[in-house]
Amino acid sequence: MQGVEGFMYPNEVELQWSVLIVLYPFLTGLVAGAFILASLERVFNVEAVKPTYRLALLTALAFLLIAPLPLQLHLGHPERSFEMYLTPHTTSAMAMFGFVYLWYLMAVLVLEIWLDYRRDIVLLSQSTTGVTRLIYRAMTLGSSNISERALHIDERAGWLITVIGIPSAFLLHGYVGFIFGSIKANPWWSSPLMPVVFIFSAMVSGIATVMLVYMFLTWSRKQTIDMRCVDTVARYLFYIFIIDFTLEMLDLIHRIYESDESFRSLDFMVHTKLYVSHIVVQIFLGTVTPILLLGATQVLNLTDRARKRIYGLAGCLTLIGIFAMRWNVVIGGQLFSKSFLGYTTYKMGLVTREGLLTAIVLTVLPLVILWVLVKLLPPWPERHTRPDSVIAHAR
Amino acid sequence: MNLTRRHLLLLLPAAGVAWKYILAGTPEVAPNYKLTDHWWGMLIDLTKCIGCGNCVRACQAENDVPDGYFRTWVERYHVTDYDIENPQVDSPDGGRKGFPPAKDPSGKNFFVPKLCNHCADSPCTQVCPVGATFIGPDGVVLVDKTYCLGCRYCVQACPYGCRFISPKTETAEKCTLCYHRITKGLTTACCETCPTGARQLADLKNPKDPIHEFLKTHSVQVLKPYMATHAKVFYNNLDGSVR
Repeated sequence: MQGVEGFMYPNEVELQWSVLIVLYPFLTGLVAGAFILASLERVFNVEAVKPTYRLALLTALAFLLIAPLPLQLHLGHPERSFEMYLTPHTTSAMAMFGFVYLWYLMAVLVLEIWLDYRRDIVLLSQSTTGVTRLIYRAMTLGSSNISERALHIDERAGWLITVIGIPSAFLLHGYVGFIFGSIKANPWWSSPLMPVVFIFSAMVSGIATVMLVYMFLTWSRKQTIDMRCVDTVARYLFYIFIIDFTLEMLDLIHRIYESDESFRSLDFMVHTKLYVSHIVVQIFLGTVTPILLLGATQVLNLTDRARKRIYGLAGCLTLIGIFAMRWNVVIGGQLFSKSFLGYTTYKMGLVTREGLLTAIVLTVLPLVILWVLVKLLPPWPERHTRPDSVIAHAR
Repeated sequence: MNLTRRHLLLLLPAAGVAWKYILAGTPEVAPNYKLTDHWWGMLIDLTKCIGCGNCVRACQAENDVPDGYFRTWVERYHVTDYDIENPQVDSPDGGRKGFPPAKDPSGKNFFVPKLCNHCADSPCTQVCPVGATFIGPDGVVLVDKTYCLGCRYCVQACPYGCRFISPKTETAEKCTLCYHRITKGLTTACCETCPTGARQLADLKNPKDPIHEFLKTHSVQVLKPYMATHAKVFYNNLDGSVR
């Protein structure tokens, strides 16, 4: 049979989960990572990353709004997807997605953004005109009290939500890892490390995204990049990347040393069909290289200009590497037979419902939404309106 | 006889009921079938399977299985004595048209029919996000086509490769043990057409079922026992090389 080597069970030849299911953990990972970066400033008082705080929240929201779309497009019956809310099957990891997603979107992200921006929204609803004014007035939700006491309550509530939000972000992406890690039929996925690896890789991709978006937007606004901020973000990226890589290597070494019945089949796959995406792109280009680049910025005395370029390059490579990781998990996990006797091939469509074009649109769409959000709710530090007295009082 | 208005009024409700049944398709009601009286499984005696593919053809005809997909299929194993862990396996078109002569006469060759194992602890029902796939009180794992989202999680979770997404309905599909037949006292299409009796439908709750005597007197195994799915398709004379 074309595209098949060795023996596959006859129903296994066709891949079930396409590039859209690669996108789904990639997008939710960016959400979780961006939120955790935002929480550094809010909860852990890392003042240096303050310029990215609001941008990180908006980035998380933009990606979270699109995250369920690839799933929806992939379903055979998308019109029935609401059944997951109405009649969830409690033993299914996937069934819980709807609730974790809604909790994270409404109870954490939207609420935190609203509380943080409430003063700006009220002021904007008074200073703008026409349709914009109507939009801002709607966004105030009828609450126009911006007295110091009210802002103090906002600050306390926002802090509390961020505290709740951190485990929620872990839950959001840990759960995505669990969807794969709990499938005992598939040895490439079945691992208790999977949710942990997913969480750390999420943090890596989210931090890299916010760093890149901040650098790009500041450059496009012809403002000076706050190097203290970017250096701090890059340092966190470096540390978390090392933890992430260690975990992935632990998983790999464990598999190699144990060499269970699936090992020969998986090892052959990694050295043939997954060689480029796994060894070359994910490990060398997307993990080792950015770690070395970021490490160089930690030990060498480089100029601002050089560091900026290195951060830009390392950030892009990181995102490529994390996307490759999601690809290798999702697609790699379906290329071998559960009989361990053969391999199939993934043929990606171009202009199909689950094809390349759809994937590109779904990747660009969050950036468009982010652009709209940034226009609507400017996240720039010079407009950061939390008065220091309120913050100090609240803490 | 003249058809009066009174006759017409009397006939209309009856016609309405009849039309309702026509719209509902073939009625599946089996009034004498009691779910809790049965616990269905299957016995496959590999010493008897000749790889004719009758079962595959019968299944496709009975259940309107789409081309290229299989609710049941037959694999041919070729195992050499020095490499038991690496059998050569083939299943051209699921064994539907039988098998060409074996290329290598050395070692041993045998056929292994496969189908849904109707696991008592099935991973597919565990992962279904809406409970569209479920195990009935009679031990048969079924899919509600009107409820399935087509998310394919169950296909990923099945260790035996028994599920697929039907291109006709965009929902999960698999062997139902010919539920429409067994609830009416018939056997499955594959068992019905097996010329050697290699496949036997088994009701483990029926004390008179010959399965009990067979299990007592033969060395019987299930596929991938380490998956702990409590599979209910039992194989007699299952070789260690079978996956």
